[in-house]
Amino acid sequence: MTDLPQWADLLISFFIVLGASFAFIGSLGLLRLPDFMARLHAPTKNTTLGVGGVVMGSMLYFSVTDAFSLHELLIAIFLFLTAPISAHLLAKAGLHLELELNENTKDLRKKPEQYTDKDS
Amino acid sequence: MTKLIPAPWWSAFLLCFWLLLQNDVSVGTSLLGLILAILIPLYTLRARDYPTTLHRPLLAVQYFLILLVDIVVSNLDIALIILMPRKRIQPALIEFPLDLTGSVPITILASTISLTPGTISAELGRDGRSLLIHALNVQDPEATVQQIKQRYERRLKEIFQC
Repeated sequence: MTDLPQWADLLISFFIVLGASFAFIGSLGLLRLPDFMARLHAPTKNTTLGVGGVVMGSMLYFSVTDAFSLHELLIAIFLFLTAPISAHLLAKAGLHLELELNENTKDLRKKPEQYTDKDS
Repeated sequence: MTKLIPAPWWSAFLLCFWLLLQNDVSVGTSLLGLILAILIPLYTLRARDYPTTLHRPLLAVQYFLILLVDIVVSNLDIALIILMPRKRIQPALIEFPLDLTGSVPITILASTISLTPGTISAELGRDGRSLLIHALNVQDPEATVQQIKQRYERRLKEIFQC
């Protein structure tokens, strides 16, 4: 563990705490939101900033103490590529299993038959 | 030139990717990266059955930056909804009529929708002309559709010219 200049110390702590809080809020969302589809929103969105914050912290730490370091960016790139796809698949599964939605949900499908797997 | 580098953007992406993976820019790594960036597209080009051309690369960069800002905004947005005790939310399933054609632009639009404020793309219509979106908290669904159209779809249309 090398000594960091104070500004770096503060900045890195800020990013790590930011990332950790967003990851926590995302997990909390899984618990608090009312139905399956709503629950999907929390992990897909908040983990991107959660991981993003930690990645920023790591990039700064290694750039300051060691050599200039950017390969943490790959984690962010892969996350951007995969998070929407897993969300899409989960949403699709939920839709086709016709899971119960929150009673507030407005269903604005004009042609529901377009999105089911039942042959009409 | 086109024979040797059939997909220039892809090759550039692979080179950047390689350098990031090595976490080091030197003559050796760049040279090896360059060789890989030429060989891999040549070998895998046959598997690409979706011809896609990036017509406006600068606009694509702008699109990416807008997306980054929107992701941060959406994170704050969702965090607020989660943390508000017993806040009533108004979810909706919205049909989004697509003007885009082609699998790559539609995939990018669907991913964008999932990453941005309060919406998740749930399903592509059977005829491929509409997307089903689940929105977490909307008062005016029509406005949401218009916003996505203005902000993302219009730009994607220009980038891919489809």
